[in-house]
Amino acid sequence: MPKLLWREPIETTVITREREDDPEVRTTDATAAATPQSHGAPVAPVAQPKPRVVTLGSIAGRESGVLIVLLVAFGGLTLASDDFLTSNNLANLARQVSIFGILAIGQLMVILTGGIDLSVGSVLGLSGAVTAQLLVSGMPVVPSLLIGIAVGVALGLVNGLLVTRFKLPPFIATLGMLGIARGVVLVITDANTIQGLPDGFQTIANGSIIGIPNLLILFVVITTVASFVLQRTVFGRYVYAVGSNPEAARLAGVPVPLVTVVVYAISGLLAAVGGVLLTSRLGAGVPTAGTGFELQAIAACVIGGASLSGARGSAIGAACGALLIGVLNNGGNLLAVNSFYLQIAIGLLILIAVAFDQMNTRASARG
Amino acid sequence: MTVSKPDGPAVLELTNVSKAFGPVQALSNVSLKLVPGQVHCLAGENGAGKSTLIKVLTGAIHRSSGDYEIEGVPVTSVSPAALRSAGVQAVYQELSLLPHLSVGENMYMGRLPSRSGVVRVGNLHDRCRVVLDQLGLDDVSPDHIVERLPAATKQLVEIAKVVTADKVKVIVFDEPTTALTEAESDRLLDQIRRFREQGVAMLYVTHRLEEMFAIGDWVTVLRDGGLSQSGPMSRYTEDTLINAMVGREVSSLYPEEQRHVGPARLSVRGLRRTPESPAVDFDARGGEILGIGGLLGSGRSELLLSIFGSEPIAEGEIKVDGEAVQPDGPRSMMSAGVALLTEDRKVLGLLPELSIRENVTVASLRAGSRKGLLPGKQQAEEADQLLDSLQLRAGSYDQPVSTLSGGNQQKVLLARWLLTKPKVIMFDEPTKGIDVGAKSELYDVIADLARRGLAVIVVSSYLPELLGLSDRVIVLREEAIAGHLSGGASEESVLRLASGGVLEETHPDHLHGIPHLVNDPQLNPVIRQNIERVPNA
Repeated sequence: MPKLLWREPIETTVITREREDDPEVRTTDATAAATPQSHGAPVAPVAQPKPRVVTLGSIAGRESGVLIVLLVAFGGLTLASDDFLTSNNLANLARQVSIFGILAIGQLMVILTGGIDLSVGSVLGLSGAVTAQLLVSGMPVVPSLLIGIAVGVALGLVNGLLVTRFKLPPFIATLGMLGIARGVVLVITDANTIQGLPDGFQTIANGSIIGIPNLLILFVVITTVASFVLQRTVFGRYVYAVGSNPEAARLAGVPVPLVTVVVYAISGLLAAVGGVLLTSRLGAGVPTAGTGFELQAIAACVIGGASLSGARGSAIGAACGALLIGVLNNGGNLLAVNSFYLQIAIGLLILIAVAFDQMNTRASARG
Repeated sequence: MTVSKPDGPAVLELTNVSKAFGPVQALSNVSLKLVPGQVHCLAGENGAGKSTLIKVLTGAIHRSSGDYEIEGVPVTSVSPAALRSAGVQAVYQELSLLPHLSVGENMYMGRLPSRSGVVRVGNLHDRCRVVLDQLGLDDVSPDHIVERLPAATKQLVEIAKVVTADKVKVIVFDEPTTALTEAESDRLLDQIRRFREQGVAMLYVTHRLEEMFAIGDWVTVLRDGGLSQSGPMSRYTEDTLINAMVGREVSSLYPEEQRHVGPARLSVRGLRRTPESPAVDFDARGGEILGIGGLLGSGRSELLLSIFGSEPIAEGEIKVDGEAVQPDGPRSMMSAGVALLTEDRKVLGLLPELSIRENVTVASLRAGSRKGLLPGKQQAEEADQLLDSLQLRAGSYDQPVSTLSGGNQQKVLLARWLLTKPKVIMFDEPTKGIDVGAKSELYDVIADLARRGLAVIVVSSYLPELLGLSDRVIVLREEAIAGHLSGGASEESVLRLASGGVLEETHPDHLHGIPHLVNDPQLNPVIRQNIERVPNA
């Protein structure tokens, strides 16, 4: 059947003609030349390894931008202020950054699935307040701390179920939780600060091991574990799969609802850990603790290369993003810059980070 | 009408399966039997229910009624994962890959090799390497990120994904060759033959009739959601198969008539897209259908877009009904009376979440509004009348436009532009992805527009359509007008103009057989379409 030999005769001629001045293509066989094309954009039949220029981006991936800015900020502040590179200030910086950083890691997990968790600040406040209440009522440190954390996990689970079972958009589900959790804190504390926490509890966040603040150690450990989980475990790859294309992931047999629920539970867990640590650091249960932290955590993720549409970003990036915000705040204080200007600077940083990323994505889509 | 079932033990059997989406009955009482070592083709027009049947089969959607048995055992839990572990694998038409993840991860997603939850990267890499080599994808690394691969490679990765499954009893191929070249399709068909030797049952869905005859053992034809015919492939010829699909003789698709040709409604003079590109001059007259032909990449779509003002131009003059218009944006061209139906309806034309009626009125809201308020019922009624006159098939004009089939979506876009009362209407590939029945309706509508005195411009890669519809054809080559032809010109002359005459000298092989074949008046239009169809790359 001669007619069956025929398909797309028109395109075939275009391609060979268009590529005539390209010596590489001319040497390829007819099958390569017969590749269908859309609007003249060359489509290689197979992925041909392109000659690549090694950039920082290809080594450090999407975190390269935030790493550069972080190094520049670090160097600049070292030169600009004698107080910046002192062990005292760095320890202080580590304490400031760690809680934000831990929160940002949890937030990142949710963002990777294409969701968002607005409730982390309130969950942090509630877990901290519950722990403080239990301690003041005489419960030993370990159980009260565990109960506080359990509260966070439970709220995270509720978020996850609202998103998967009741199909609420993550933004709405966690916005509701933001209000509820904060309201519960204010009710149980009657808006009063809870004081008189045992010294043993306060040393958790304020102590240090061989000069390294406990908080920093915890932050590093959590970041490392999260990074390993996301890159190397089945669960971690499922997280990216859900964010990449939930329907395709479902068809591939990924338990999408389960992954989603677990991710919100992890976010709740890390928010609760942050809450316990903040209470320990302040030595008091502050009912308004954590207000606005959710936006800081989201900012850290975005600055660190995460995409709010999911599947892009890494734990290291989010940690660096949190660190960068902390360094800017800390440096601003040292240089006595008006903190209002710092807010403007961080806002600009978010815009630049995202715009830069967009340009990068478009450039790689063309290339 | 004959329905027979293949002999032998069924590996998978659907009996009287129905599926309704709200009021729309997508499938009614369809039965299907797949036996080992047989390629079972599923044929039917767009919207005949093929995709729904496949989704029921793979567990992506639940059937409303009917029985589903695998090796004689009724299937109770229908989820994609459960069916996959039972051995029902699928290669989907719309790529179901995870774009941000690597090739290897995509191939084993859902069952990544792991030790206590940690992915065994080396093991994954090795296993993928073996499968990729087997499929001839030597130069694709399991570590490549999928979104950076070309479309054809993605499709092959999709197939590689299926090959890796632990248990393969049934494979469903849903238009797997749409994005593939001839050589890649052949490789796929070879792979399918290998599966057949291994005793795998396959359900193969394609628009390409020649593939069905090349690979199929049995064919089931669906029509309007129901079972039309089923029997051994050898019992069918292309014509009988098409008749089974369409349910009527497809004779004359293109309306033949004499229309009164008026003065030029659109004049283009010295139009250059970039300072380097050649100048384009032409007129489109009222009552006339002007075809624009040319090879892919010759600048046809770009010409339309620049006339419509959505692509910048370097210089040139455009007159509508003798009045000069500055093409500085779609908005000014729209108010000048120029309308454009784009090639890619989903990307450039439709607002999928909005209702049919809103999609129709969106371009006329400003013209009909008073002080920024939405226009009242009158415009909606006008829209409804237009949609009625276009014979739009929909439950209600309030339903989202994304629920419509391709042909009906095209009608919605057409209604949108007709509501703006255009003087010039331009169609870019008007029948891309539309089935035969809807096509002939659309041709009638286009001819009717010309009869009403509009200037109609049609860009089409499908030569019989271009020549059948147009009164006059201009052929573009490398953005310049290579020549003018009358509507009765042969396809060969279009090709020769489009390729600058060097066609025969440099690539004689590429024309082997086609001119006499395409010019054969006896050739069924559907076959023609399959011969010449431009893949959605």
